[in-house]
Amino acid sequence: MKTRPIIIGFAALAAVIVLGAPFVGMTAISPSDLLQPASDSAEAVVFWRIRVPRVLAAFLAGSGLALSGMAFQALFRNPLATPFTLGVSGGAAFGAALYMRLGLSFALLGISGSSLSAFAGACGVILLVYGLTRIRGGFTTPTLLLAGVALSFFLSSMILALQYSASLHDSFRLVRWLMGGLGMVGYDAPLNLFPIVVTGAVILFMLRNELNLLILGEDIAMSRGLDVPRVKRRLFFAVSLMVGGIVSVCGPIGFVGMMIPHICRLLVGSDHRHLYPATLLFGGAFLTLCDVISRTAFAPAEIPVGVITALIGGPFFLYLLLRRGSSQLF
Amino acid sequence: MTAVAYNVENLSLVIDGKAILQDVSFSLAEGTSLAVIGPNGAGKSTLLKCLLRLLPVDSGNLTLFGTPLAAHTRRELARLLGYVPQTGTGHVPYTVEEFVLMARYTYLEPFSHFTDTDRDISKKAMEQTEVLPFAQRQMHTLSGGERQKVFIAAALTQQPRIMLLDEATAFLDYRHQVEVLTLIEKLRRDTGVTIIAVTHDLNQGVMAFDTVMALKNGEVAFLGKPEELLCDNRLETIYETPFQFLRDPHSDAVYVFPERAQP
Repeated sequence: MKTRPIIIGFAALAAVIVLGAPFVGMTAISPSDLLQPASDSAEAVVFWRIRVPRVLAAFLAGSGLALSGMAFQALFRNPLATPFTLGVSGGAAFGAALYMRLGLSFALLGISGSSLSAFAGACGVILLVYGLTRIRGGFTTPTLLLAGVALSFFLSSMILALQYSASLHDSFRLVRWLMGGLGMVGYDAPLNLFPIVVTGAVILFMLRNELNLLILGEDIAMSRGLDVPRVKRRLFFAVSLMVGGIVSVCGPIGFVGMMIPHICRLLVGSDHRHLYPATLLFGGAFLTLCDVISRTAFAPAEIPVGVITALIGGPFFLYLLLRRGSSQLF
Repeated sequence: MTAVAYNVENLSLVIDGKAILQDVSFSLAEGTSLAVIGPNGAGKSTLLKCLLRLLPVDSGNLTLFGTPLAAHTRRELARLLGYVPQTGTGHVPYTVEEFVLMARYTYLEPFSHFTDTDRDISKKAMEQTEVLPFAQRQMHTLSGGERQKVFIAAALTQQPRIMLLDEATAFLDYRHQVEVLTLIEKLRRDTGVTIIAVTHDLNQGVMAFDTVMALKNGEVAFLGKPEELLCDNRLETIYETPFQFLRDPHSDAVYVFPERAQP
């Protein structure tokens, strides 16, 4: 399969979308607006202070979510097993919601407290899911998915309880955040996301050969020289870090992690040396595009981007589920 | 003097309260071959997995080339042991070439790519196993026999000193059975690789091996030369069914068949 042209195509697509997205919006901005000497014109402020950081955040979040999904699909050998469907996003959301509800405010090493709480929540769920896979010789993937659904429901109820006990103002903030959105202003969001997504993405990049072997099942992977428990720990760390960081900033944006790697796999194959760049580029481009739709489709009103991805992702999930041989991985 | 490949003493394994392996002991010199036979559920595949450290062992001493099995890293093990699992397990979403090259993982340095040497070695393994003509095909389009040969090629690509095969010819038609058996025999002769093979085929599978081990209910029921297996109703005791023996007048080889009661 000729994969190089497809990956170059994804790179071109991502470049066009990322460079073009800041010009599109409620009011279109043309490049000439920015070239005018008065650098504090309304257009320039909207462009540099609102749209550019938002596009950067969307691209980082989209790439991170897609790569996390890719890693989980390989690890659990099933396209439906993603951090979102297994409740990891829910765990991260609960962690971040708890942080907001308790009105905490701290940071560590430049990472915000809500990101750390979300990371802790994501880790908790991953440990639980991982524990389930190790009980009595292992869980089958369908059982694992059902467990993930149950866990997600449980965590949603916990978040609802938090929300119910919160003041009207906090409650609205929580709901709005839970829908998943990128409607924040300024560079805080991309600056928060950048170190987290880059760290996670570098770890996954270094594990691309390992992911290739994991798809073959643990016995074969181990017989090829793979230290499976160690690789799993690294994957879990990278995924909780990225999912935690992204959820704390953007809310639990669903389905990107399931759709993007799966579509890329159909186009470039399952070899992670090619799948990785394709997923990173397409994931970032896709969420950036969804965000453009979210702020233009019903302008001046804005639909949360999580709603858009769910509207596309829900039917896609059903398609994967009903497709012939859905029990077959990939 | 040849090295001792495996030395196994009193290996036992209990899963869910059931003893799968009990006090299995044997020693295997490098360059020799061992066939593991026995009825279904006797623990043959489990033994193979213990030897590969794919399953933990409850008690017993296992050494591989003089070093405890547990002291080897996974990478070291992959350079010593080539594993060919039972056929038809799991979906492999790669081409033959990709799949075989991936078996060079154990030689891959961190932060590096597969080198031309890796490619040459995997190509040579594909030549030896005669899978090169369909190197570009997807694994899931292969027949059982072709797939089995690719798995052998992948194991060879690891350049192991011992090959462990789990029912390499099960579910294959006669032509592919012959091809796979010939291939294993050829590898033994040409490369001197040590072979441990789980098999159900008493005639073609067993008689060419240096040593045969029969497992029954997780215990060693027989360990010795294949010819000795034919004496003293040993097969009947192991498989709990009577056998008939047939001598080929030309080659003098003995063939065994399970006897069937008249209906």
